Amino acid sequence: MSIFSTKKSWINLTIWVLIIALIISAPSVLPVFRLNLLGRYLSLAIVALGVDLIWGYTGMLSLGQGIFFALGGYCAAMFLQLNSAGEFPNGIPEFFGLYGVEKLPFFWEPFKSSIFTLISIWLLPAIIAGLLGYLVFRNRIKGVYFSILTQAALLVFFNFFNGQQKLINGTNGLKTDVTQLFGQMVGSEIMQRWFFWISAVLVILAWFFARWIVRDRFGNILIGIRDDEARVRFTGYNPVIFKTIIFSIAGGLAGISGALYTVQSGIVSPQFMTVPFSIEMVIWVAVGGRGTLLGAILGAVFINYAKSLVSEALPASWMFIQGGLFILVVTALPEGVLGWIRKDGLRKLLFLIGINKKLETYPSLEVNEQGEVKG
Amino acid sequence: MTVPLLELKKISVSFEGFLALRDLDLVLNQGDLRAVIGPNGAGKTTFLDVITGKVAPTKGDVIFKEKSLIGQKEFRIARKGVGRKFQSPRIFENLSVQENLALAVSRPKTPLSLLMNSLKVKNLDEIQRLMSIVNLQSKANIRAGSLSHGQKQWLEIAMLVGQDPDLLLVDEPVAGLTDEETDLTADLLKSLAGDHTVLVIDHDMEFIRRLDCPVSVLHQGHVLKEGSMSDIQKDPLVIEVYLGKSEDEE
Repeated sequence: MSIFSTKKSWINLTIWVLIIALIISAPSVLPVFRLNLLGRYLSLAIVALGVDLIWGYTGMLSLGQGIFFALGGYCAAMFLQLNSAGEFPNGIPEFFGLYGVEKLPFFWEPFKSSIFTLISIWLLPAIIAGLLGYLVFRNRIKGVYFSILTQAALLVFFNFFNGQQKLINGTNGLKTDVTQLFGQMVGSEIMQRWFFWISAVLVILAWFFARWIVRDRFGNILIGIRDDEARVRFTGYNPVIFKTIIFSIAGGLAGISGALYTVQSGIVSPQFMTVPFSIEMVIWVAVGGRGTLLGAILGAVFINYAKSLVSEALPASWMFIQGGLFILVVTALPEGVLGWIRKDGLRKLLFLIGINKKLETYPSLEVNEQGEVKG
Repeated sequence: MTVPLLELKKISVSFEGFLALRDLDLVLNQGDLRAVIGPNGAGKTTFLDVITGKVAPTKGDVIFKEKSLIGQKEFRIARKGVGRKFQSPRIFENLSVQENLALAVSRPKTPLSLLMNSLKVKNLDEIQRLMSIVNLQSKANIRAGSLSHGQKQWLEIAMLVGQDPDLLLVDEPVAGLTDEETDLTADLLKSLAGDHTVLVIDHDMEFIRRLDCPVSVLHQGHVLKEGSMSDIQKDPLVIEVYLGKSEDEE
């Protein structure tokens, strides 16, 4: 029942070998600063996988993934702040003193536990995404309205977090790089190397997880919902449940991503919930190839790496390049770079400029040695 | 006396004052094959929308297997055993023929089951059988979107049968098909009746004649006449609203 053609698996294998080689060699080749950047971008690949599941596969364009990303980040940061708050007055994080808060707000309490934190990093965003999603999907809100709604929700969260100085330090956010973990400073080189490895492993695990979800009939139902939701209903499936589950999974992935990004960038703040950042997530997936999981990972890592390189060399020009890239993808490569390669884009291009000749039959039909179509 | 499989009781549907269906009554027994004809705008598709839960009737009741379907969600009605084929073929174009059918034959249709269980041998056999019925075995792994129009129509019918519904609602199955394909489709539907109850909506008189079954004529949201094709063709009222014109044109 697999739609894997041999060619597709070859492309995949090549890319995977490259990725793993890259990840293994990176720590010994790259300076710490670059390694840290790569680690951050690998963690962004996890949120991109979620965007791909809900948008690329299920056709729901969410512009609010920043909510879940930031929630994961806040969970991690709250734990780290508490973990190293011993020396401060009242035994609570330092910033509370600025606002005259003497008692820890109640919702901080459970984040003293590392196990609770590790679970809530993905479970809390997943639950919130599930609730939000269920209400939206049950009322059959979709398409543009869904996108607008998610963006509006993002703005609500952004404004709320910005205004809550006494609860979560408001617009300043929570710093993590000077906090302690296992007796080490989180911002130290050794910790950052560890976070790089954790990000790399989690990206691969997240890929396997997403692959498992989409590889068979569950994934086909998601594609069915994207292409013709009414048909799904009349075939006897309840699209609301499927959409809620996948939106919740994407929320959970965003949370993990946000936590990893926070510990590697040293701070979480409401800036994670700005409108442009959530739109950028969509661009990574669009450029990499929506509906291709590997494309989402590659898109997130390469675009962000390009962004930092370009910004260093030619400040202020990145926005033009990113805009141009998006326009290029929308007009010329609607399936993204990886989708284009998989759909024989290279061969078609070669044909267009006159190097290759046309095939005898559909490339999807296998031809035997005598040149006859099999089956 | 047997209990009818489907009974529509005085169904009326009004869209902002326009009466699409008006006191429509219809009874289908287990194993029936029934054709519904009617000029454009007679309410044929609306009437399927009511049965499948897409449109709620303004008044009246739909009884299926002795229970009312009113107010039920579409997917629940589908699970109870009502399958529907749409006017233009609606299949999952980006999935292969086999994958389309796999979704139709899967049971139970819950997320957990789709994720955790693989298809049973029984289901795989069923998929093969369905593909052989509609002659699509050689296209098993082809993307459904690249099938011809007729093949898409058949794939959708196969998906419908794969759902194993008691009642098949088939909306214009031969629109855009060649004569040969039309005949094959008529034979296919006739062979399905008996095990299933089949209701066919169409314009194509040759096709309806070939189905050789009772016909209901719908006009302005109301059943104008029921009977065999030859009775219907003799009825002056039917000729006036419908057949007369089309026969003159021929």
